[in-house]
Amino acid sequence: MVASQFMPLDGANAVSQAMRQINPDVVAAYPITPQTAVVQNFSQYVADGIVDTEFVPVESEHAAMSACVGASAAGARVMTATSANGLALMWEVLYIASGMRLPIVMTVVNRALSSPLNIHCDHSDSMGARDSGWLQFYAESGQEAYDNTIKALRIAESKSLSLPVMSCQDGFITGHGVERVGLLPDEAVQEFVGSYEPELTLLDTDNPITMGAWDFTDHYFEHKRQQTEAMNASMELIESVCQEYEMLSERPQPILDCYGMDDAEYAIIVLSSTAGTTRSLVRQMRAEGKKVGVLKPRLFRPFPAAQIVDCIKNCKAVAVLDRAISFGAPQGMGPLFTDITSALYVAGECDLPVVNYIFGLGGRDTTPPMIAGVFEDLEKIGATGDRGDLVRYLGLRG
Amino acid sequence: MSQMLEIRWHGRAGQGVVTAGELLGESTMEAGMFFQAFPEYGAERMGAPIKAYTRLSSEEIEIHSPILEPDMVIVVNPNLIGVVDITEGVKEEGTLIVNTSQSPEALRKRLGFQGGQVWCVDATRIAIEEFRRDIPSTLILGVVAKASELVDLEAIVETTRETLGGKLRPEIVDANVRAIERAFEECTQG
Amino acid sequence: MTDNKGPRMDKPWQQVQPGGVVTEPGNSVAYNTGTWRSMRPLRDTEQCTQCLICWIMCPDSAITVEDGKVAEFDYDHCKGCGICMERCPVNIREPHSHTGEMGKVIQMVLESTFDNDNE
Repeated sequence: MVASQFMPLDGANAVSQAMRQINPDVVAAYPITPQTAVVQNFSQYVADGIVDTEFVPVESEHAAMSACVGASAAGARVMTATSANGLALMWEVLYIASGMRLPIVMTVVNRALSSPLNIHCDHSDSMGARDSGWLQFYAESGQEAYDNTIKALRIAESKSLSLPVMSCQDGFITGHGVERVGLLPDEAVQEFVGSYEPELTLLDTDNPITMGAWDFTDHYFEHKRQQTEAMNASMELIESVCQEYEMLSERPQPILDCYGMDDAEYAIIVLSSTAGTTRSLVRQMRAEGKKVGVLKPRLFRPFPAAQIVDCIKNCKAVAVLDRAISFGAPQGMGPLFTDITSALYVAGECDLPVVNYIFGLGGRDTTPPMIAGVFEDLEKIGATGDRGDLVRYLGLRG
Repeated sequence: MSQMLEIRWHGRAGQGVVTAGELLGESTMEAGMFFQAFPEYGAERMGAPIKAYTRLSSEEIEIHSPILEPDMVIVVNPNLIGVVDITEGVKEEGTLIVNTSQSPEALRKRLGFQGGQVWCVDATRIAIEEFRRDIPSTLILGVVAKASELVDLEAIVETTRETLGGKLRPEIVDANVRAIERAFEECTQG
Repeated sequence: MTDNKGPRMDKPWQQVQPGGVVTEPGNSVAYNTGTWRSMRPLRDTEQCTQCLICWIMCPDSAITVEDGKVAEFDYDHCKGCGICMERCPVNIREPHSHTGEMGKVIQMVLESTFDNDNE
């Protein structure tokens, strides 16, 4: 264990500090609100000679991710950052990065997708990329965003996995909110991430290889199976890296952050900063004797399905809060909800009433009284046995 | 027992409100406290009314939503009174800190605010006298230090020296510190 | 064909190279593309001026050169595209040694006429 030094940092700056400590070989990025501060701070470290990174200023996010793919294929340790429409512009190349098994780490400062134009937080950007073959972490605070970024690099570069990782946090709410953030000593981070020594790289001229080649009908399918199995099998690796980081930092690093779940009758499942707001309310409610709980997955891809089912199966009713809509999904459910309900079905837990709340789109504030309203709804469902509307909207007028 | 102080700031964009909130939070870190400082982001432009929030706590802060029922409201620009609802949601025993040349009694009457404490400081005058510009946000921290036992004047002065020292000339930093100390001395409660 | 060369349809998903990385440089040699050919290029070695333009232009490196002179066509890899014939700059004075036709030093002949040779 090493002591952290506390600094006043916004979530974006916390991530750029993590990037400074990691000192990656290449960062290729394009600025977009609310991610801008990540790249702005980091490019200052490059300009000041604090890091050795080759910073590639590009003309678009498509080019940013393409440059990351090239650099990573060349054997470099590569990081980048984006938000919203920038992530959308990377789409094509996201799949190339994961298909080529390149361990790129990208910070996503979550922001609503246009249109209508909005720069504030929701998860529609990264949720849209949930099938792109990237692992996804979601952070509640600037501290978690910092911690997740460092863990993400170790996990991505693990030889047994070798897949890219997105480390997400809420735009503005934590991205621009200044908090007390504990930074590990630079050397401790360096030691934790170690050096990156890929077995196969394009710059290894003694062992020439071809990457990103044509994959015909006779091999593409096998490669995709390999990719999905690598993701499926990564939970143990992720857990061990989290545990190691927890020992180092003395900050808990659970894959599922549970509070009150041991005996909760009514529970809310929610990602990122809103989990903290929910937990602060749950503390108060439990002090008043209410058996309520909150479950925050810090990891969304791979989806910790069995662990979530275990955690909620004894509840009387559960609400899943989604900060994104999956348009055209059954009744317009959110992505977290569809995964949780399918996990429950697969586990044979089909009697638990689960409802979905779409919330916070375009940065709409989500306050403790709103969340208290969700718990009231759950109590009603528990008391009457009537689930009512499957998909509801929190904080929406009308 | 956890102690949390929730502060809402009212000011105009460009007056250093966000910086002051961050400075305040930072000043409590040495004492092992936790803080959050975040503005309410609208369509920003110089002079527009803005709100910002600061939470100070002896324990880790989990809540991530705007402050609905502040313990303290700080009004950096007196001409916002009547334009925005200064006392909205403020706790009954809450504290108002206002940059004004008026007395606390006159202000209470004007706002119809009966509860808690009202602190007045003529921050604009101090700012003009000390650095010839109407940037009164930071010096109001002197009043916060007087009004709340969670905040320490020495820590604020030290943080101000550290933070501003990196960017500004020494005499400007000294003027800022002097202004904070004057606010601490010259503010009145009623 | 050796065990580690060329396309392998037999490997299960667990054993394919992750990311589709090709780790054996130059393994396209193991892929016999000569079977694609419907037209075969033939060169009149007597009338050839050894300008080497066919060797330069061949997109499959299927024309071999020895001691600075065109040696032969590599029919294991020649796809019969006809670029060598197309770019051959030399008009022959005598009938072509294989076809008996006038025209260029390199001429294309239907592959099926060689079926008996291959058997």
